Amino acid sequence: MSEGRTRVGQVMMISVENLSKRYGAVTALDGLTFAIEPGVVGLVGANGAGKSTMIKILLGLLPATTGGARVLGLDVATDGPAIRQRVGYMPEHDCLPADMSATEFVLHMARMSGLPLTAARERTADTLRHVGLYEERYRSMGGYSTGMKQRVKLAQSLVHDPGLLLLDEPTNGLDPAGRDQMLELLRRIGTEFGIPMLVTSHLLGELEQICDHIVVVDGGRLLRSTSTADVTSASRILAIEVDERMDEVGRAMHAAGLLVHPAGRQLEVELVDDSTYDLVLDVVVQLGVGLHRLERRRHRMAEIFRVDPSLDPQSQASASTAGQAAAAALQQQWVTAAQNHRPQESDQPRGGDDEQ
Amino acid sequence: MSSDSGAGSGVIHDIGFRHYEGPRLGRGYLIRSLYADSLRGCYGLGRSTKSKIMPFLLLLVMTAPAVIMAVVAGVLGLDELPLDYVSYIFALSSAITIFLAAQAPATVSRDLRFRTMPLYLSRPLTRNDYVLAKYGAMSTALFILIAVPQTALFIGALLAKMEFWPNAKGWAAGLLGAFLLSLVLSGIGLLIASITPRRGFGVAAVITVLLLLTLVSGVLSALSYENDQAALSAYFALLNPVSLVQGVLVWTVNAESTYPEPPPGTLGGLVFTAVMLLVIAGSYALLAARYRKVSAS
Repeated sequence: MSEGRTRVGQVMMISVENLSKRYGAVTALDGLTFAIEPGVVGLVGANGAGKSTMIKILLGLLPATTGGARVLGLDVATDGPAIRQRVGYMPEHDCLPADMSATEFVLHMARMSGLPLTAARERTADTLRHVGLYEERYRSMGGYSTGMKQRVKLAQSLVHDPGLLLLDEPTNGLDPAGRDQMLELLRRIGTEFGIPMLVTSHLLGELEQICDHIVVVDGGRLLRSTSTADVTSASRILAIEVDERMDEVGRAMHAAGLLVHPAGRQLEVELVDDSTYDLVLDVVVQLGVGLHRLERRRHRMAEIFRVDPSLDPQSQASASTAGQAAAAALQQQWVTAAQNHRPQESDQPRGGDDEQ
Repeated sequence: MSSDSGAGSGVIHDIGFRHYEGPRLGRGYLIRSLYADSLRGCYGLGRSTKSKIMPFLLLLVMTAPAVIMAVVAGVLGLDELPLDYVSYIFALSSAITIFLAAQAPATVSRDLRFRTMPLYLSRPLTRNDYVLAKYGAMSTALFILIAVPQTALFIGALLAKMEFWPNAKGWAAGLLGAFLLSLVLSGIGLLIASITPRRGFGVAAVITVLLLLTLVSGVLSALSYENDQAALSAYFALLNPVSLVQGVLVWTVNAESTYPEPPPGTLGGLVFTAVMLLVIAGSYALLAARYRKVSAS
């Protein structure tokens, strides 16, 4: 997204100006500048990249060392209480008392956001239903699974109908199915409920499925801030997975005039128009193999880094030289990771390949 | 799903997410809400069944003797209670201490242990508001624990057709004692609990500290009494929060003293009162300082 477009128009959801945070000798955030319009925004970076620090600063709970930030047009340095009244925050860590039921707890948290008792009751029931907690909401939370706990944490951030959600690693600790459900829930909250949000993750792959805009930080520095729409419209790819004879299927598709490349256990076919689907199905039927997967894949950030140098941060002339080097290194990591883990990118173990 | 034919025939509609346009109340309401939730929590209300056992058992322990005394007084036709109101509090002070030890950690350690603090701090509530609400809740819980048996004694005395005014005065003195003791014990209990995030440690720490203070104060007091240092003996009662409050009550409402010596004269009374106020203000200030350091993450 061009600088010019972000500076005009309505109130920015979040704008950050030369923001730095140092703890003694450790620099958590280093001269970040970006602005984001309301929408679903991903904040991506490895563990320790400064994501949680950023959220604390945006909540007005942690003072910036230099620079400043505005949330919904409010200054984090001076309007902390007003910001905290209007946002909902879901921490990365566990925060649920084990001896309370989800209903009691979310009701309490709704009142702690200023909702009168009747409204708090009503919205607690609604919100727990929206996040998908039903009968179990009357049980003590000590016995909840990680997936249920994440839902309650989300519910307490959502119950007062905030103007902005700050969600720190909402998919943390979830299994692949739970992760998909959580992402679907976040997508609904962003689109159907119309609540803008900042979601952090150390996995780029999951955020690009739901986000309009992605901010990438590494080692406290901004690598890029870009709209996913700009990026993902560039190319369209069909991911195909068959149960056997993949090479043969690939060759047959090539023979049928499709652009095919193997990617791990999948084949990627460039989607030209609807007839591409027919060609793929014809090949599969002819060879008599089982089709496990046929889906249109949004272009992955990692591929963008690889194939489109015009989207590289250095072309925006804003990143420092060190930032460029870090960007290049991280791109390389992601490309490697994408190649190694493509088939099950969403269920790679946490903290695996995204760390140095 | 909604459809025209469903109108008026009891169909459940999924109306989707509704935005909230109603009032958002300010910090005063947040403090009151946290106070109410914490006070309920002190008696295990809104918590698991297990959490209700201890506080209600102790409330029973505190109240049963009062009811029994009142019944006995009524049956025997006594013209005054066998134990006066203020003395009743100190006779049962160990039950009060156990309640504090059990519930102070449930009031504050819990939020540290389960890391719920960031959820409070990410809302408009300030750290000082949190301390105020928790201190208020713990004190009120203790006050209820002490005031219920006092009121049972008073009602019993009236039913036994004892004189009204002496009993009303005794009851009022008892409520004053309940109020002061609640403030002193809550401050100390919450302060200890706020630096012991593990609930079990918190319980043990509160009991240990109060027990040690009682022992040290009792031994020193008795030793100086034996050595004919009556005034010194009286002042050693300052070390024990329970006898500290007792000293203040002896001076203010002429309560009976179970210590070797009551605080000597007006000076003694003033010293006890000053120390008590210092303990209350000091533990509140330390608690506030402790919560300025609590991490928001």
